[in-house]
Amino acid sequence: MTAVEIARDVRAGTRRARDVLEEHLARVDEREAEVHAFNLVLTDEARNAADAIDAAVAAGADPGPLAGVPVAVKDNLCTRGVPTTCGSRILDGWCPPYTATVLERISAAGGVVVGKTNCDEFAMGSSTENSAFGPTRNPHDVRRVPGGSSGGSAAAVVAGFAAVGLGSDTGGSIRQPASLCGVVGVKPTYGRVSRSGLVAFASSLDQVGPFASTVADAALVLDVIAGPDPLDSTSVAETPPSTTDALSAGVEGLRVGVVEELTDTDGVQPEVRAAVESAAAALAHAGAKVERVSTPSARYGISAYYLIAPAEASSNLARYDGVRYGLRVDAEDVATMNARTRAAGFGEEVKRRIMLGTYALSAGYYDAYYRKAQRVRTLIIRDFARVYESCDVLVAPTSPTVAFPLGARTDDPLAMYLSDVCTVPSSLAGHASMSVPFGTGEAGLPVGVQVLAPALAEPIMFRAAAALEAAAP
Amino acid sequence: MARAITRADVEHVAQLARLALDEAEVQQFTLDLGVILEHAEDVAALDIDDVEPTAHPLPLVNVVRPDEVHAPLPRDEVLAQAPAVEDGRFRVPRILDAP
Repeated sequence: MTAVEIARDVRAGTRRARDVLEEHLARVDEREAEVHAFNLVLTDEARNAADAIDAAVAAGADPGPLAGVPVAVKDNLCTRGVPTTCGSRILDGWCPPYTATVLERISAAGGVVVGKTNCDEFAMGSSTENSAFGPTRNPHDVRRVPGGSSGGSAAAVVAGFAAVGLGSDTGGSIRQPASLCGVVGVKPTYGRVSRSGLVAFASSLDQVGPFASTVADAALVLDVIAGPDPLDSTSVAETPPSTTDALSAGVEGLRVGVVEELTDTDGVQPEVRAAVESAAAALAHAGAKVERVSTPSARYGISAYYLIAPAEASSNLARYDGVRYGLRVDAEDVATMNARTRAAGFGEEVKRRIMLGTYALSAGYYDAYYRKAQRVRTLIIRDFARVYESCDVLVAPTSPTVAFPLGARTDDPLAMYLSDVCTVPSSLAGHASMSVPFGTGEAGLPVGVQVLAPALAEPIMFRAAAALEAAAP
Repeated sequence: MARAITRADVEHVAQLARLALDEAEVQQFTLDLGVILEHAEDVAALDIDDVEPTAHPLPLVNVVRPDEVHAPLPRDEVLAQAPAVEDGRFRVPRILDAP
């Protein structure tokens, strides 16, 4: 059952939120041991929330557009009084003193938070293998990764543990796991959704967004969480237009570009390339005008991203110093206490990125690496601006490959980073993008096609996504 | 062109980043940073100093809120999360006259 159907029935009083929840919890009981989507299942809290919604409906009140919809929430979103780990030992035992804005909005709309989902530590990774609490496995094939870093939320949706999920996307961390798990995943425009209460990784890139089984469900969730927030000074002031209203508009006359550099690049599996070509053909068949476009600077995306994101992370993660929250390893003096706490609390990938970012920002290398990467960011924005003069949306692969086996890339950081080659350009530009399931590839595993749109153009992106979903094999 | 990453670079950066790395990590990161920065040479080698850098995707400047007093986070709830507290404050090892 989709989130749209659940909310419709619960609001109409024809289905109980509690029954919906119990169906999802039963699937958690059945498969969570092998999937490990959650760091924490909030059974009691969810039951209380579902019962409160049923009571509200019985009393004649409308619980809101997400009435009774079970939601899986990435464990880097703050929940007051409930442990929030970011997949890290360094936040051991930490219960935030406030709740993320997006979760306040989910609850106010009648959504029921089922649990906190596993992720790569501090959202740094593309496989959910970098969690201190062990990997999440892909429900389609538990020997394979679900993608990352929001792999737990993607797995929870495809396994039916929740109807929808929330993740965060810095360089592809919603879109790539959505692609590998065969669900819809949306990275909204930077600033469209509040980051208040999202634990920071790279502040100029981080964005919260939904996972869902259908494009309409993703639109439903995005419409609830989007919009300005006084607690996030980078949230865009304008009231966002409805994406749900855009779904039925069709793609007649829509101008679609197939991005050459992201589709024909090395490492893209033939089945993935074929899916993009077939998606473009389907849009053309539905009335869109399709052309091939070129964004030459996108080929520098990975290098630029893996300088900028670690640089911002090295600064953001300076707060984990053993003073105010989480782990502390005691020592005689403060500097040693800091260094030992961080050594014991952070995992290998987080340390690697802190090292990389600190190096890129250090005296003598700032101009050569960090500054240069910021200039490339400008070039990528210019390339997109040029192609968006003749296109409304773009299509490209989301992930160059289908879900890969656990352990396949853990010994080769660069190979893991290249998982993000198709998703980082839109992130660096701050644009909207999403992944829509479109057929299968190697070993019958899901393939996602990425739809990219300019900043704040979510409605037109969802029009194209809805057409792709309708045409998907 | 950038020079190769040395063990001394890694030890220096670890000091800046307040990370007490063990010997295996120093060796591993010397190798890893070298490989990653070699890949980043495609960017480092670009002659684009005339291109303005982008620090942030939104053209925002000086976002301010009304200067009104709001309730702060509850002090006890915040302090309850700290590894060590004393007299309503975070407790850390001695800083002045440290041994």
